[in-house]
Parts: sequence; structure tokens; C-alpha cells
Amino acid sequence: MSDATLAPAVALTGKVDPAGGQPPRIRPRASGEDWVMRGAIALLAAYFVVTLVLPLYTLLIKSAEDKDGNFIGLANFARYFADPALTQSIVNTVTVSLIGTVITIFLAFLYAYALTRTCMALRGLLRAVALVPLLAPSLLPGLALIYLFGNQGIFKGLLMGHDIYGPIGIIIGEVFFAFPHALIILVTALSVADQRLYEAADSLRASPFRIFMTVTLPGCRYGLISAGMVVFTLIFTDFGVPKVIGGSYNVLATDVYRQVIGQFNFQMGAVVGLLLLFPAVISFTVDRIVQRKQVALLSARAVPFQPQPRPVIDRTFLIISSVIAALLLLILGMAFVGSIITFWPYNLAPTLKWYDFTRLGTDGWGPYFNSLRMAAMVAIIGTAIVFTGAYLTEKSRGAKGLRASLHLLAMVPLAVPGIVLGLAYIFFFNASGNPLGFIYNTMVILVVNTICHFYTVCHLTAVTALKQVDAEFEAVSASLKVPLYRTFWRVTVPVCLPAILDISIYLFVNAMTTVSAVIFIYSANSKLMSINAINTEDAGNTASACAMGMVIVATSAVLKGLHSLLVRRMQRRTQAWRRR
Amino acid sequence: MSINQGDAYLRIDHVSKSFGTFEALTNVTLEIYAGEFVCFLGPSGCGKTTLLRAIAGLDIQTSGRIFQGGRDISALPPSQRDFGIVFQSYALFPNLSVADNVAYGLVSTRRPKAEVEGRVRELLTLVGLGGQEQKFPSQLSGGQQQRVALARALAMSPGLLLLDEPLSALDARVRQHLRSELKELQRKLKVTTIMVTHDQEEALAIADRIVVMNHGVIEQVGTPLDIYRHPGSAFVADFVGHMNFLPVERVAADRVRFGSFEFTAPVNGNQDATATLCVRPEDIQIRNVIPGQDNSLKATIDHMEFLGSFCRAELVVNGGRHLKADFSINAMRDLSLEPGQEILIALPADRLRLFRGDAHV
Repeated sequence: MSDATLAPAVALTGKVDPAGGQPPRIRPRASGEDWVMRGAIALLAAYFVVTLVLPLYTLLIKSAEDKDGNFIGLANFARYFADPALTQSIVNTVTVSLIGTVITIFLAFLYAYALTRTCMALRGLLRAVALVPLLAPSLLPGLALIYLFGNQGIFKGLLMGHDIYGPIGIIIGEVFFAFPHALIILVTALSVADQRLYEAADSLRASPFRIFMTVTLPGCRYGLISAGMVVFTLIFTDFGVPKVIGGSYNVLATDVYRQVIGQFNFQMGAVVGLLLLFPAVISFTVDRIVQRKQVALLSARAVPFQPQPRPVIDRTFLIISSVIAALLLLILGMAFVGSIITFWPYNLAPTLKWYDFTRLGTDGWGPYFNSLRMAAMVAIIGTAIVFTGAYLTEKSRGAKGLRASLHLLAMVPLAVPGIVLGLAYIFFFNASGNPLGFIYNTMVILVVNTICHFYTVCHLTAVTALKQVDAEFEAVSASLKVPLYRTFWRVTVPVCLPAILDISIYLFVNAMTTVSAVIFIYSANSKLMSINAINTEDAGNTASACAMGMVIVATSAVLKGLHSLLVRRMQRRTQAWRRR
Repeated sequence: MSINQGDAYLRIDHVSKSFGTFEALTNVTLEIYAGEFVCFLGPSGCGKTTLLRAIAGLDIQTSGRIFQGGRDISALPPSQRDFGIVFQSYALFPNLSVADNVAYGLVSTRRPKAEVEGRVRELLTLVGLGGQEQKFPSQLSGGQQQRVALARALAMSPGLLLLDEPLSALDARVRQHLRSELKELQRKLKVTTIMVTHDQEEALAIADRIVVMNHGVIEQVGTPLDIYRHPGSAFVADFVGHMNFLPVERVAADRVRFGSFEFTAPVNGNQDATATLCVRPEDIQIRNVIPGQDNSLKATIDHMEFLGSFCRAELVVNGGRHLKADFSINAMRDLSLEPGQEILIALPADRLRLFRGDAHV
């Protein structure tokens, strides 16, 4: 045997090296493309600093300055808390947020349970209907409520003398607005269940109620906490609904607007902005911790849950979820009806005159095309930045510390309410001496702001997709002497295309519907449709505001439809390599 | 086959790697010759993959140098080194066809299209996948995917082929088959190859030399036969193959005592008063043992485990100590062995190894 002739050719050396000291450290030499990557990471870091860190820092500073820009510490806060008219807003905001959260979570849980754990009919349709509110700007439910319960409302009697302008209106509007967000989280939480746990519980003769309390509920408790936190933050910081239907019931988000736009009291605006930031940051932190735990719940060997038909329960849940879906559609439908009725409630003849925006003044349809342009730019540029950024933080070599802090920075926007971000942008970009001041009053600042506002969810989508890509692609291409950008373009991007499309449609729809962040920074020549709707409603033309809202809904819906068509076609085309 | 024992093709010189306070590799020194097939063998966490990734430049070592073909590659990024690599996950590009996967590196070199196509066909034929060019990876079985990964790694004719547990994700039958094909291919191409594995049987079957690692250090380097017959440490003895360990006391230079028995044992340097005696189950002799013969002892069969071609018996010796012994089916029949039976066995002196007294078990 030839093996036997192979004597061990290696002498193992002792542990101590001859010099006795520490052996010299090897400093890995970076290749050309390593430097390109590092340059790109530095660029991304600079981008975050300019679009996120510095504006927020300016906001913080502003809250500690007087009108002349002198540092006065916490005096603004002291003044704020000394004014009961202002602090009342805190109580108001917490009240509507808590009640709204409880109602939203309760309804969304029933709905999510029906979608994931029963065999009721129409599940696909009901799921689609529940997500419709995502397509609408948040002022739209407010407008619909005016038609439903306002002074001339159809169901005014149901309020038994209470006024819809105030907490009741805000809560109903916010439930509509927050419902799909809660639903998405709860559906995910309820979908990850291990069939075997239920089989085990059944075989131990546990009653259905006991199974629900001991298996179902604990299984989705993280999802419930997470949804609760997200909904609370959404309602706490939303601007559109209370702006339209809040009446004299002040909440923090409308306070900021009034302080800044109404009274030019920037310092006090900054104080309220920071107050808005607080609960958002706390709930964001809790949510992050909780979501990390949720992931670990389902082991790789779990058997996915398959609901069994239970006729009585299935039918009950079909009724419950149909009622909820009908209410959602009623609100949207009312806004539509409001936009096509000649003169509510006296002349119910249908008309398209409210859609003739040129009657309203010089703007006409201009804001709509501004919105389209901005949404398209946000979708294209935003997706490119987000995906490239996620790729750099996930897959590049070296610069570990910087990459980790970039990942952290990408998480921050989720904790920053739009209204706070918008305010921070005025303070930063409008400051005299800012070399980037020239983008103020242009479309660019709206695009930059909107990308920043919705960055986190997109970043997480991209990171999730990239984590599913084999970690060794980069190693393989390096061994084959193929430059990384080529592998990025030829392999990573095609493999992640579904996620990339998801990100771009998410950005597009949100850019179409957003109000809160951009309301501070739009200018006469970059007015957006959603903002125009707010102003039109302010001017008393509710019907045209509804029409504008419906145009946004329709545009979002068309784009969303195109997106799912595209995804379906792509799935068919790439079936060859995607299906196992 | 003979290996050029001149200058080493790959020289690993006092390489250490630490992740924070954890030392994954401690002062590893090793030489690998051109055309050799070397296996890094060890339990998970022993540093074998870390060493492979240091050689590839994917996770560069903290200190120490690595030379390939006389060139100092210690600090170079992977793209400036000369190697092909196959991962346990295959890492095939899912959206590219088999042909495009194999041609991936060739295309960047701007060779004429026809030449690339010819080379791809040649490589696929080499790994036994001729005619499958247009399929996508997901349409292939695990074993076929691994062949594509191998063809892709070989496409650029690298000087060094690195295999990171390439067979671990496959089921047992495919693994054995692919193992022998891999060895065949390597012998044909004469490409210097390093394979990381935790499967000692795989390493014994495929390697020219095995590097046994544990806790970030090299325990032993040698041919499979060498490693199996003359394990250099109790760890190697235990990790490679099966082994019995008996605590013994030394009574003379080449005599040890185990309870009431005395054995002749090899002198391997160690002269401590207590030692650990090692013997492999298959080396325990049962036929033709005469009472009073050197190194013989009485044992009781506790129970037997039928393993197909042989039987593994659990023996009790010296009133309590357990000893595993492999008996052929023939021996079982001829001697009509049964649990509870008392038998006479012998531990052949030339098959025994002695290690330090505190070593293991």
C-alpha cells in the first residue's frame, strides 16, 4: 500500500514562539473592491447622518433654545408642562391611543384567528378587503366619518347626542387606519403554530377552551404584544385622522402642527415633537425585543398547523369577520359616495364635479402629478438605496463596527413619527448656512424625507431576503475571480427580486398616502395630493377632499394590482429555478 | 502513487486565530505537498473549518503566515488567492442553469464563447453530468448539485481545491458513492486537495494524509493507516475508530498490571507509574487462546449487539470493568458464544497502546 510510505512530514512545534512575545498580527489586505465596498458603506453612513441623525439632533437642540437661539436648557419643557391647555393634549392622546389600541387588537385578533385557524369560506377575499385601508391616506376615514356621523350624517342618531368631532371620531378613524397593521402582525403570529402541540393537547383530552388558553394564546403572545405596541404608536403619532375629525379635542400631533404652522412657535413645536418621540421609542424597543423572541418559537422540525373544519365555529367566524370587513368597506364606500354626490344630503344626484380639481384654484391636477412623481422617485431611488444598503451591511467584508451601527441606524426611522421627522427636516434644512439648504422647497426634500420615513420596514424586508440567500455566494465568486458587483447584479438581485418588488410597492403606496412627514416641508410647487386634500377639507370642501382621497386610493390600488400581476407572472417564469 | 516530498506546496506557519477571547486555532503548523489529498478531521468546533477558511482568505488568521506555491498569501483577500471551493450547502446560483454556474468564472475571463462552452462540457462530463447543461440546480438531486459545485470549483483549474464538508448534506449511500468518485477525480487531476470532515470513516477512506484536530490544535498528522494503528494521543485513539481504555499500573518497563492481570505492553516513551492502556475491539483475540498464555484474561459476556457482518460483545473483566470486543459471525458460531458465558480472551501486545494515566475515561 502506497499510503504506508507517506511518513508524517510535519513536526509539531511547541506552543511558545521563539521570540517569546506576541507574534505579529496579520493585517488582512483589502482588495480593490473591498475598498469600493468600504467607500459605499461610508457613503451610506454619511447619507444616514445627513437625512436622519443631524435633523433629529437639530430638533433636540431646538427644544432647548429660546426664540433667539440661546440655550435655555429645559425651560421650554417647564413652560409646556405649566400650561394645562397643552398638557391636556397628553392626556387626550394617551386616552384615544389606549382605547383605540384595545378595540383594534380585539377586532384584528378575531379577524386573524378567522383567517388562519378556521376553515371559513371567502378567506382570500376577506384577507384582501382587510388590507384596503393601507391604500388610503389616514385623513380619508375622518372624511367618511363626517358623512356617516357628522351634523348631516346618516347614522348621527347612533351617537345619542355625542359629537363625532372629538374622541369618538378619532378612535373610529384610527381603528380603521391601524386595523391592517395589527392584522398583518397577528396573522403572522397565528400562522406559526405547531400542529403537534394541538394533537398532543387533543390526545390529553383538553377542552377546546383550555387548548385556546394554554396553546393558542401563549403561542401568539409575542405577536399580541408586538401588534399592541405598533398600533399604539401609530395612533399616538397619527396626524391625518385627528386633523380632520378631532374638532377641539387636541392631541399631540395636531399640537405640533398648530404650534409650528399656526403660531410659528418652533421651539414649542420641538418640545411637543420630542414628547411624541418618547412612547414611540419605548414601544419600538419593546417590539424589537419581543419580535426577536417570536422567531425562536417555531423549531425547524415543527409540523405546520392545518385547520380542521368545525362547521359551527367556521360559520360564526365567517359572520364576525364579514361584519368587520363590511364596516371597513362602509367607511371607504362612504368616502366614495361623498365624492360623487352633488350636495350632501340635499341633492343626492351623482356628479363628477368634485373631481374637477381645476375649479378649486390654480393647482388643478398638479398636486396629483406631483404625488405620482414623488411616489415613483421614492419607489425607485428608495428601493435602490435600501437594497444596496442592506446588501452592504449584510454581505461586505471588514468594517464590522460601522456595518453594525448602520444596521442600527436603519432601525431608527421606525421609532420616529412622521410629524417629528418633518419638523426635524424644517429645522435642519431650513437653517441658514446649511449647504444643503437648496433642496428646501423642492421635490428632492420630499423624496429624501419619505425614503427616510419608511426606511426601516424596507430595510428589514431586504435583510430577511438577503439572509435567505446562501452566505457563501460571495466566497464562491471571489474564488472564481468574479467581481462582487457582477454577482450582486447577476445572482443576488434576481434571487431577491420578489422582496425588491415588495419594497418598491410599499414605498410607492406609502409615498402616495403619507401626510404627516411632508406637511411641514412641501412648497407651493411641490404640493402633494394628500396635502391638498387636507387643505381642501380645511377650506370646507369635504366632497372634493373625498374625491382627492379616492384618487389616491385608486392609484394605489392600480399599482398594487399591477404589482401582484407582475409577481405572479414572474413566479411562473422563474418557476423552473424557484420551485423545489 | 507517490507524493513529491520536496518543497511543500502549501505551508501553514504558526497560524493562530482568535474570535474575541476564544482561540479557534492555536499555533498551527502544517505542510501540504502538491497533488496530496489531505483531510482535516475533528469534532465540531475543533477549528478545522476555521483553518480552511484561513487558507481561503475568507476569515484571515490573527497571526502566523501561510505560503502557497512559495508565495506569501497570509494577508491576501480571497480574490487574489488561487483556489476553488465547494461548500456543504453547494452555494449554487439558483437562478443560473448548470452550464452558467460552471461557466461563471470562465465568462469573466473574457474567453471566446466556444472555448467556454467546450470547457463547461468537458467539466460536466468529468463529474458525470454530461447533457444536463440546461437544467437548474433545483431540478437536480443533492448528489448532482454537489457535482455541479465541484465542476464549478475546478473550472478555473485552481492550484488548490478546498472542500468544506462537501458530503455531509447527502444521505449515506450517495455519500459513499460520491466519496470514491471524488477520490478518483482527484487522483486523475492531481490537484492538491483539502477536505474538512467530521466523519472519520470518510477521512480514512479518502485521504492520503489525515490531520486530526481538537480544540484548535493539531493532535496528529499521518496516513490513515498510521492514524488508525498508531494513534498519537488518547483523543485520536478515541476519535478515530472504536477503542477500549483500561487504567493500568506499571510494574516494569514493558509490563503493566490491570487488577489481577499482568500484560506485556509496548514501551512508548511514557514511564509514569499509572497509564491508560488502549486496545481496539477488533484486536481482542478469542480463538486459540490457551490458559496461561501471555496477555490472556478471563471475561464474561454481558450482552451482544448484532451488527451485520460481526458482533460487538460487551465483556466484563476483573469483576466490573467493561470491555468491547468485536467477534466475527464465524467465531460466534464456532464457539457458540452466548450472554452470561465465561470466555478466555487475549490482548495481543503489538496491538496495545499506552497513554498518560489521566488521559480519558
